[in-house]
Amino acid sequence: MHTNTLAGMLADLSASRYSCRELTQSFLERIAKYDANLNSFITVDEAGALVQAEEQDLLRAKGSHGPLSGIPIAHKDIFCTKGLKTSCGSKMLDNFVAPYDATVVSRLASAGAVVLGKTNMDEFAMGSSNENSFYGPVKNPWDETRVPGGSSGGSAAAMAARMCAAATGTDTGGSIRQPAALSGVTGIKPTYGRVSRFGMIAFASSLDQGGCFAADARGAALMLSAMSGFDPLDSTSSETQVPDYTESLGERLEGLKIGIPTQFFEDGLDERIATPVRQAAKELESQGAYCVEVALPHLSLSVPTYYVVAPAEASSNLSRFDGVRFGHRCDDPKNLNDLYCRSRGEGFGVEVKRRIMTGTYALSAGYYDAYYLKAQKTRQLISQDFENAFSDVDVLLGPTTPTPAFKIGEIVDDPVTMYLNDIFTIAVNLAGLPGMSIPCGFADGLPVGMQLIGNYFSEATLLRVAHQFQLATDWHQKIAPGYA
Amino acid sequence: MSLTKDDIQKIATLARLQISDSEVPEYQSTLSSILNFVQQLETVETDDVSPMAHPLEMNQRLRDDVVTEADRRAEFQAQAPDTEDGLYLVPKVIE
Repeated sequence: MHTNTLAGMLADLSASRYSCRELTQSFLERIAKYDANLNSFITVDEAGALVQAEEQDLLRAKGSHGPLSGIPIAHKDIFCTKGLKTSCGSKMLDNFVAPYDATVVSRLASAGAVVLGKTNMDEFAMGSSNENSFYGPVKNPWDETRVPGGSSGGSAAAMAARMCAAATGTDTGGSIRQPAALSGVTGIKPTYGRVSRFGMIAFASSLDQGGCFAADARGAALMLSAMSGFDPLDSTSSETQVPDYTESLGERLEGLKIGIPTQFFEDGLDERIATPVRQAAKELESQGAYCVEVALPHLSLSVPTYYVVAPAEASSNLSRFDGVRFGHRCDDPKNLNDLYCRSRGEGFGVEVKRRIMTGTYALSAGYYDAYYLKAQKTRQLISQDFENAFSDVDVLLGPTTPTPAFKIGEIVDDPVTMYLNDIFTIAVNLAGLPGMSIPCGFADGLPVGMQLIGNYFSEATLLRVAHQFQLATDWHQKIAPGYA
Repeated sequence: MSLTKDDIQKIATLARLQISDSEVPEYQSTLSSILNFVQQLETVETDDVSPMAHPLEMNQRLRDDVVTEADRRAEFQAQAPDTEDGLYLVPKVIE
């Protein structure tokens, strides 16, 4: 069952080849078998999942079920789930049980998805390796000495090991696309404002965007159709109409104009990455698309720009964790200031504190113009690069990451090197564009991801290109040895 | 750009984070390297560039000024470390 695609499982459930309960049970068994080692789940809700699955079996029997009825999914532990712990990978929220569901969670529940549990992540989504979790690192199913990527590392690893049919994630600087690439699965981050941020714990509010992982583009299209749409509870939610993303998947690629950003292949990009990505572009050309070189001249500014903007927003957002209304509180506070400082000092991990401090410094009196205002201006330049590129091409194609998955512990002590891992993904968040990563080959046995970037609200085009590529290739069907 | 130990403690105080003396060197070295890294932005000419605060050109949406939320105080306060009679408790602020 588990090697099937999401669409295949829906077909099997409709044909009563197995029940929702049986499908859920089979994934729970895989979690029990593999996850003590991989550590991709923080919370597994076995009893709740089986109850939901049985409800879906009843709805299916009545013929009044939703589009994802009975599909077992996992939520990144950044999405609030009523009655189920939401930790955000932090000691700060180790005791937090949200009193409400995130909009993403309630939408997927109405569509009939069954929640298996909550997945591991870098604390407050700050990281590119999942090593910054209070609950320990996640192992990459392709090589258990390596990271799955981050911050949505648990969701990516759970998908890669087929411990769920799909998973949610969030992407502030690459946190869906980078782990999708490193773990060999399909992941999409839609346009800023496409998926509601309500109940999604905030990191950097002008960059955060929810999205999903699946085994293939059709699965991602089914998930995204259910997750997307206007939400009055999110002040930056878009009112743009949501298409059925599965409808246009079958359209051929004749005449599609693909831009290859030269900056993505400069500075001696690892040949083990460059070769499969160029090969993937050739495959799309053989289907009738054509490729042209485009320039993103300010790309190299994207990581430094991000590391001003994101920590600045984070230092503000994370001020809500004060030990007063919810979350960790220190023992025996001497006074209110001591309560704040010790609760936060104890509750946050090193990387979170580092980013809060970076942001606090960048926003402090006398430094605002030099850091934050300057970064907002370079953000504009980066965004304009994309605007220029999309005046000429339909999609951009390049690598998702500069290297395949690195070793656990290899660069965790060097934040700037770690930050540069997101060099190809971060600019997309600064501009607010949709992007996705799909498997396109291997480097010494480790998955390589191809990134597709689209214009605003062009998710349907990205998913169509990915789907057409996957019709002609089988990289997305490869499952890590030992997990097939 | 090199931050001193005092700089680190000052930033930590502004951010309401207790940082122990033994942790200071780690933050001193990594924050300095991050600030050095972002300083490359200084070399970019941006005089005629307008700051971008947000990816979407959008106006603040307004809703009618009516009560839409139910009273869920008890439920929300069940999460709190310390409450009494519907109030959040903190150490005494005014002597």
